[in-house]
Amino acid sequence: MGKGKRRVAAVLGAGMLASGALAACSSDKGITINIYYAPEDTFQSVVDNCNAQAGGRYHIVYNKLQRGADDQRQGMVRRLAAGDKGLDILGLDVTWVPEFAEAGWAEEWTGADKAAAEQGVLPGPLKTATWNGKLYAATKNTNVQLLWYDDRITPQPPQTWDQMMAQAQQLKAQGKPHAVLFTGAQYEGLVVVYNTLVESAGGHILSDDGKSVVMDAGAVKALEILKQVTSTGITDPSLTNQKEDETRQAFQRGNGAFELNWPFVYASYAKEQPADLPHFKWTTYPEVNPGQPAKTTIGGYDLAVSSYSQHKPEAFEAALCLRDKDNQKFSALKDGVPPSIESLYTDNTPLDASKPVNPDDNPSMQTAYPMRDTILAALKNAAVRPLTPAYQSLSTVISKVLSPPSKIDPQKTADELRSQLSDALQSKGVIP
Amino acid sequence: MSSAVTETPVAQPRPGKKGKPALSEGKKAERRLGLLLCAPAAIVMLLVTAYPILYSVWLSLQRYDLRFPAQQKFIGFANYAAVLTNSYWWTAFGTTMLITVVSVAIELVLGMLLALIMHRTIVGRGLVRTVSLIPYGIVTVVAAFSWYYAWTPGTGYLANLLGPDAAPLTQYIPSLLIIVLAEVWKTTPFMALLLMAGLALVPDDLLKAAAMDGANAWQRFTKVMVPVMKPAILVALLFRTLDAFRIFDNIFVLTSGANDTSSVSMQTYNNLLKGLNLGIGSTMAVLIFITVAILAFIFIKLFGTAAPGSDTGGKR
Repeated sequence: MGKGKRRVAAVLGAGMLASGALAACSSDKGITINIYYAPEDTFQSVVDNCNAQAGGRYHIVYNKLQRGADDQRQGMVRRLAAGDKGLDILGLDVTWVPEFAEAGWAEEWTGADKAAAEQGVLPGPLKTATWNGKLYAATKNTNVQLLWYDDRITPQPPQTWDQMMAQAQQLKAQGKPHAVLFTGAQYEGLVVVYNTLVESAGGHILSDDGKSVVMDAGAVKALEILKQVTSTGITDPSLTNQKEDETRQAFQRGNGAFELNWPFVYASYAKEQPADLPHFKWTTYPEVNPGQPAKTTIGGYDLAVSSYSQHKPEAFEAALCLRDKDNQKFSALKDGVPPSIESLYTDNTPLDASKPVNPDDNPSMQTAYPMRDTILAALKNAAVRPLTPAYQSLSTVISKVLSPPSKIDPQKTADELRSQLSDALQSKGVIP
Repeated sequence: MSSAVTETPVAQPRPGKKGKPALSEGKKAERRLGLLLCAPAAIVMLLVTAYPILYSVWLSLQRYDLRFPAQQKFIGFANYAAVLTNSYWWTAFGTTMLITVVSVAIELVLGMLLALIMHRTIVGRGLVRTVSLIPYGIVTVVAAFSWYYAWTPGTGYLANLLGPDAAPLTQYIPSLLIIVLAEVWKTTPFMALLLMAGLALVPDDLLKAAAMDGANAWQRFTKVMVPVMKPAILVALLFRTLDAFRIFDNIFVLTSGANDTSSVSMQTYNNLLKGLNLGIGSTMAVLIFITVAILAFIFIKLFGTAAPGSDTGGKR
């Protein structure tokens, strides 16, 4: 009996300690705004800036999520499904906004907050933050893929996929580096490539409202290109194992002539192979239909306010600060994430406006983003991935059905995608 | 699904009412007290095992997707139809079965060898037993990560043995083999432990007598030891089969289910936690539960495995 009593006392004691600690958290330091966001090297400085601006009205705490996008999503989803009140601002990958909105986890942006969140933002990135015509997040940063090449191998870069494949064949015949490198592993990266091809061909995977599957002629045309590029010996042997970074490394090792990838590859190239940097060139993504500029899939992050947040007004304010013009510029220059605010692409003042520009410690958009005009042009003609709450299932199904790309049978694969995607939209489908 | 073992239908023959002699008052009171004393445990068991199982059965009969909370509704067996007509499910089912059969077969042979060695060891018996149990003591996920890195090009000493560009975890057959290897490495000691308990049941006299009659070592093993050990072997097989069928950690770490190496548990996890589809995910969980129950039934009823906890072994 004595033992039992002691145990009860211990449990009670622990409970009291815990509740005491919780109370201390919420009362002493004013309001705490918890942001759950992907790891970003200098994001803590941005948080510190905003905390200074808040002047003690609230205090933002940066909770780092896991590195992998799937893990980030699951981490937040598990808490939100249980109605966790500890989350205030959610860092959402651009493909998650409809899902979080439809599930009732993200608060709608209205009034002055909405106006501020939309101020000067490029239309493509802004579209990723909306669902059903309402705004559910503020864009934090965007991203877009370009075609990277070495002007010693291909002085004249290809404008279309047909030209690119023909050039690759010629280079192969001459025994030169010839591979077309892209993210061919069975994951989201393959879906990004496919979505770009579909949109550039003028096609659609889903209807605009995200409620039904379209898979039209453009979607089939995209399958044909994927099949052609991967089955004619002009891709890397380990294509089906290559994600963004493997693709970058393969190009840097001299294993390819063309690299389709995000702009982060420039900074890596500059750091790892500075001597060759003048030859590392970029241009817009190749076209599918000659004369029609490619519509490139955009990436990036949006910030949403959790529906369970206990301090929504402060959370909206904090979110707006974390992605305002100055902070987006800071993140762009320090962490390499392209801004979603258009005017920053023509901003010529360096990070520290009082000192002269210096690429090493006082960069400007000009020095950090020599390809900024190309990025901006691509962003102005961007494609978003299908907007639907079921995007995660869609993406899993698409990457599964398209793998390996060399086994695609355009018409048959299109039919398979059509039926599996419509199942996924109705929560009927099994995801692999 | 760890409740599966406790939920196994324990086929205790209920004595017929007719043939039962009338109980005295004292006996009845004793029995009432017994039931009363058991009640709290039984209620707790019902709460922690029966409730989640029934709840997942209930979920499996609904369209319930966290992403579409407004569209939740009862749809009968439509989820079962969706899962059972889906090729991904059957691929995963086949893979799981394959891994189960192959790994348990290998474990049985290796486990038996290990048990014989441990049983016969004279010097440093305790040490030999402890050392051979180490793999079982390592957390599966930790072991899986070390296998993962060993088989990854660049960091991996095992992958590098295969050649400079070998990436075995990106291909179907090699990754299946690696998963089986990881399973076998980890659980053979457990198998050996159970078999060693069985070996202890074999009387030395019986073996000596067989030797006197001219039986050689193999004959003594197959004609004397195995029959006597049969209940222990079957229990070991039952435990390992049920366990192997629920394989998750190794696949999660090694391939995450790529190249068709997904198991049923892995797929359930994907549909529940990645897809947020409670209906389909619960349907899969229920199907796994049913499969495990059928496997247990086959072992207990058809092979006559002694049910865990019952004192009478053998076929009934």
